[in-house]
Amino acid sequence: MAKVPVQFTLNGAEKAEFVDSGTTLLHALRDKIGDTSPKGGCHQGTCGACSVIIDGELRLSCLTLAETCNGAEIRTTSGLAEAGVLHPLQRAFLDAFATQCGFCTPGMIMAAKVLLDHTPNPSREEVVEALSSNICRCTGYEPIIQAVLRAARANSQNAA
Amino acid sequence: MTLALQTFSTVKDANAALQAAGTRYLGGGTLVVRAANEGDISVSSLVRVTETSLQAIAVSGGEARLGASVTMAAIARHPELAALAPAARAVGGPAIRNMATVGGNLFAPAPYGDFTVALLALDAIIVTEDSEVPIQTFLAGRDASRAIVTGITFVLPRAESFRFLKVSRVKPKGVSVLSIATHLQRAADGTVTSARIALGCMADRPMRARATEKALLGCKLTAEEIAPALAAAGEGTSPITDPVASAWYRNEVLPVHLGRLLLA
Ligand SMILES: Cc1cc2nc3c(=O)[nH]c(=O)nc-3n(C[C@H](O)[C@H](O)[C@H](O)COP(=O)(O)OP(=O)(O)OC[C@H]3O[C@@H](n4cnc5c(N)ncnc54)[C@H](O)[C@@H]3O)c2cc1C
Ligand code: FES
Ligand code: FES
Repeated sequence: MAKVPVQFTLNGAEKAEFVDSGTTLLHALRDKIGDTSPKGGCHQGTCGACSVIIDGELRLSCLTLAETCNGAEIRTTSGLAEAGVLHPLQRAFLDAFATQCGFCTPGMIMAAKVLLDHTPNPSREEVVEALSSNICRCTGYEPIIQAVLRAARANSQNAA
Repeated sequence: MTLALQTFSTVKDANAALQAAGTRYLGGGTLVVRAANEGDISVSSLVRVTETSLQAIAVSGGEARLGASVTMAAIARHPELAALAPAARAVGGPAIRNMATVGGNLFAPAPYGDFTVALLALDAIIVTEDSEVPIQTFLAGRDASRAIVTGITFVLPRAESFRFLKVSRVKPKGVSVLSIATHLQRAADGTVTSARIALGCMADRPMRARATEKALLGCKLTAEEIAPALAAAGEGTSPITDPVASAWYRNEVLPVHLGRLLLA
């Protein structure tokens, strides 16, 4: 099968790869580029574990073809920590016990990040809605909701 | 998975490429890429178009035109499409809404197609490169349709005349048990003078509740007066059975939810 070139920025760094036509972004990120933070849970759009941020919007990388991302700005959870310091959402997930097996965590954090980028002080309902395409089989969700609210509070305290 | 993607800058060229066997149009990909991931080998090639008009939303003189690639998220946040926001928000979760297009929703089999239910109650027109057909005709023939839908036009409803309800079991998000859109015109005294009612999950694709529409004419929206219309709601339905609900269950609860929506 013909290889096609794809080029985008991943967490601020330029990436260029040759992929098989029809390759999903999830596959390109994990198996070609080596960013394993997006997880492949269902490959059906149902679990949200593969969630990434493309040009500021939450997307499912398992249903996105890599070729359609030429020129896009892609963000994943692996790009959140800066110089070894965890992002406030990552910190909050640890502090609130919002991660157990951790499989859903990168997707949850991406969904939470787009929420907080647009709505720095969300209500509980807004958090629940924002996380509603992400499945967690471990935590029972409540610690995740609390973690996002905690990260929002931490952000607003830092901003004050 | 062997899937080749072909990108075209014009609808015309893409339409030509779509004539090849095993070739399908790629909208947001939430159904067609999912099918490929699941091992559906009937599709070997996908075609997409980069023409920006497909992404455009235009509202003027009480009419709206949605490019086929407009997403549910774009509809939900558009200030002039507020009447349709509940239907757009009913589709999937946030990530799905950022991807799911209105064009793709027209082809989504039950239990999907919630937004199309709203478009059916609005009697929308489906536009392709060389045709404009009423949505009901389009839906009836969609399995054989090979042409790219370029846009959808409809008269914007007045907020008070249009209602939408999606019933699902998983909160806040879940697949439809059923969905209902009603578009009613009423006289000053509240009497229904015209009614369009569309149902989702009550057949393999969205359908009109013709018997109910007819029975509502001349009624006021009171429990007594709408009772015959509700009793007729199951006429002509053949609901799907899926893990969410059986056909029997869907038929049983349809009048209940329709009644609540009409009396709300
Ligand atoms: C987890 C999940 C949850 C979902 N929840 C819902 C829900 O609650 N409600 C709901 O209604 N749907 C739901 N869906 C289904 C789907 O996301 C939507 O119906 C969506 O609108 C489909 O659009 P798309 O652009 O992604 O379609 P695609 O997958 O791109 O295309 C679907 C089909 O339509 C054809 N097509 C697409 N656009 C055009 C066009 N312009 N011209 C001609 N043919 C075209 C394609 O060739 C393909 O056959 C869900 C899907 C998933 C994966
Ligand atoms: S792997 Fe993409 S949604 Fe589950
Ligand atoms: S922590 Fe295990 S799935 Fe969420």
